[in-house]
Amino acid sequence: MGEEILRMEEIDKSFPGVHALDHVHFNLNRGEVHALMGENGAGKSTLMKVLTGIYSKDSGKIIYEGKEVEFHNTREAQDAGIVIVHQELNMVGDLTVAQNIFIGREFMSGIKINDRKMVEESKKLFDRLHIEINPTEKMSNLTVGKQQMCEIAKAISHECKVIIFDEPSAALTEKEIDDLFTIIRDLREQNMGIIYISHRMDEIKVITDRVTVMRDGTYVGTLITKDCTKDDIVKMMVGRVIYEQPKEKSLVPDDAPVVLKVDHLNAGKMVQDVSFELHKGEILGFSGLMGAGRTETARAVFGADPKQSGDIYINGKKVEINSPEDAVHHGIGYLSEDRKRYGVVVQKSITENSTLACLDDYISGIFINKAKEKEAAETYIKELDTKTPSADQLVVNLSGGNQQKIVIAKWLVKNCDILIFDEPTRGIDVGAKNEIYKLMNRLASEGKSIIMISSEMQEILRMSDRIVIMCEGKKTGELKIEEATQEKIMDKATRDIK
Amino acid sequence: MEKTKKKSVLSLFSNQKYIVILVVILLAAIFMIASADFRKYTTFVTLLDMSYYYVLMGIGVAFPLITGGVDLSIGTGMVCYALVGGYLVRNAGVPVIVGILVALLFGIGIGALNGVLVAVMDLPAFLATLCTCMITRGLGSLLTFKSTVPWPTDKQPGGWFHTIFKITLANNTKIPLGFLWVIILTIIMAFVLKHTKFGRYVIAIGSNKEATILSGINVKFFHIMAYVVCGLFAGLAAIPYASAIPTIQPGTGAGVELDAIGGAIVGGVSATGGSGSIEGTFFGVYVICLLKVGLPFIGLQANWQQVITGAILIGTVMIDIVKKRRAVATGQAVA
Repeated sequence: MGEEILRMEEIDKSFPGVHALDHVHFNLNRGEVHALMGENGAGKSTLMKVLTGIYSKDSGKIIYEGKEVEFHNTREAQDAGIVIVHQELNMVGDLTVAQNIFIGREFMSGIKINDRKMVEESKKLFDRLHIEINPTEKMSNLTVGKQQMCEIAKAISHECKVIIFDEPSAALTEKEIDDLFTIIRDLREQNMGIIYISHRMDEIKVITDRVTVMRDGTYVGTLITKDCTKDDIVKMMVGRVIYEQPKEKSLVPDDAPVVLKVDHLNAGKMVQDVSFELHKGEILGFSGLMGAGRTETARAVFGADPKQSGDIYINGKKVEINSPEDAVHHGIGYLSEDRKRYGVVVQKSITENSTLACLDDYISGIFINKAKEKEAAETYIKELDTKTPSADQLVVNLSGGNQQKIVIAKWLVKNCDILIFDEPTRGIDVGAKNEIYKLMNRLASEGKSIIMISSEMQEILRMSDRIVIMCEGKKTGELKIEEATQEKIMDKATRDIK
Repeated sequence: MEKTKKKSVLSLFSNQKYIVILVVILLAAIFMIASADFRKYTTFVTLLDMSYYYVLMGIGVAFPLITGGVDLSIGTGMVCYALVGGYLVRNAGVPVIVGILVALLFGIGIGALNGVLVAVMDLPAFLATLCTCMITRGLGSLLTFKSTVPWPTDKQPGGWFHTIFKITLANNTKIPLGFLWVIILTIIMAFVLKHTKFGRYVIAIGSNKEATILSGINVKFFHIMAYVVCGLFAGLAAIPYASAIPTIQPGTGAGVELDAIGGAIVGGVSATGGSGSIEGTFFGVYVICLLKVGLPFIGLQANWQQVITGAILIGTVMIDIVKKRRAVATGQAVA
């Protein structure tokens, strides 16, 4: 491990309402692979965005090659030798590999782009990385793994000294990950500083020299990878104080009937052989890190995405769910994590939104029975304690918490017995959160069965009667609330299954 | 060895550029076999005469199309530029060359306006250029005080500009010289699209605008330039239009752009942006022109041309979509 190349000191960054980075430290040496870890929302990406000039910091110092620096955009960072390989690939599919690598800094001969030189230079880059990609191939014809290699080639073509990998392995196959690691080791040999962001604990052990852990926007600590165990890292990631009491024991009687049974469900890469049961009156928490396949599982159950195999039973009877229409027909309601896109029609009134899923019931002849519609909407406004001047209010004018209630009302009007809440409190302030929690508890006590997907550990522990944990498209565990702890959940959520 | 050869032949035919050449040849052959009149040299000259402004508009509009946009103002725009240029020649007594330059500058101006609306103000291209389509249509009438405008005929002083497109020899044989110019312009613009930064970034913007911005490219500038080039070519198209149409009527030109856009798309320009070629556009426009001129010769009225063009367009766009869908299904990234 060489001398220090980069040091970030006391980095502070706030967004309206969020203290995203609270005096964070980070340092990186030449010839080192340094992991940056933490739960979703711990501040890893924000820190890297501050480093590469996408965000400006509120205070703190960045010292790079012995000098204090401040980048105003990624271009400046690039020119200084700091590049980032994004999780989402930034490739122009219709151009060739070489054209992509040199986009924005093409070799010219007069006004003509010198494509031949670009191809030659690309070949040299690929040789240096010991990979075989045809530079004249169209980018969209490559696999995701190969595209990532091109991103890396593009990065090193900048003569960079620091490369940041933001969850590079998320979309790669085992073989591709091996290739990636070979490249990373090569780059380390070439004395570059490498920052590696990943959730996969096993990868961290294999490829990195040191680990820095962040939590809730703060710096927790830095460990030498070979001297620490997975447990040490997990403890650092979750060691936060829990403000709200977790649920002490399940409120569901052991003999409660199974209302929904999902058996060996497969749907693409993100849902592999997932089985679980949901009991009447139960809140079943789905925990896991980002990209664990929880939303994908819910969408497959709901019929929003196609499934390859697997059976779904409702109240013991096997049912065919091939579209959301089928799911709604069987009494399943889905509350999307992205309310604005999938949950409500924001430019319409509360009334119109409430009856959207079951307009058929509110039709007299060929006309919509407005009076009946309004009555239903008003019933649920009262019942869910939605704060609005009237049922005619446009949904866009409501707060996040109240919008969420409209979505809930929509499915209650439809008389759904099984409700899937996907990140029910995302983007909702604390007070409204509590109301949503109360509402969910009440719904459960009234005999509705709830699946709650949440990335917030506290929420999972506070609300769930039982917890299913997923990791990379597979179910890695199931815990009763009585035995669940943050450490146990995080352990299962980061398990690398071979 | 045999396998690779087979593959290259196949890919030759899966490439729309080559299919469309085949269609041009096929259509020409059908009309020539079916109608003796179509085989006449004068028909050939007539066809070429009317094709110039379609080809020029097609070349121009290919650029906005490849960025993922469109320009609906080129039809009424072209008529507007021809009206204004011609009006100055007729009523203000300016030389024809000045009239032509005014038409070109006017085209560039409207193109720049379209570009700013789309690239800077973020208006959908369809909407922005629909507005400028209406504006140019009205402006053409207003600026010429609603009078029809005849450019000088080839016998009148200033009629020299007709010889750019057509030379009449002593024995009254007409040489369609304009065909040479559109071929040269096609070659130049094909080079611009394939081998210059401007062309490369036009493709990149249409393929993945976000990634292009992140690559540090001044996307707004190149996006505007795509519309400026389109406007310039609408201005250029005004010249053969003024030569081919003896008296230009204010308020016309709506719908002409659709034939040009249709030609570009038939020629392989992706309706969703990101790919396409100028040489393909050239042949695509000739498919449209052949249908326009040829169908009456086999007893089908001009309306049939519209029906058939529409059907061909649906076919080509479907090929594009099916190709992309198949790419998604086989797990390849399209974006």
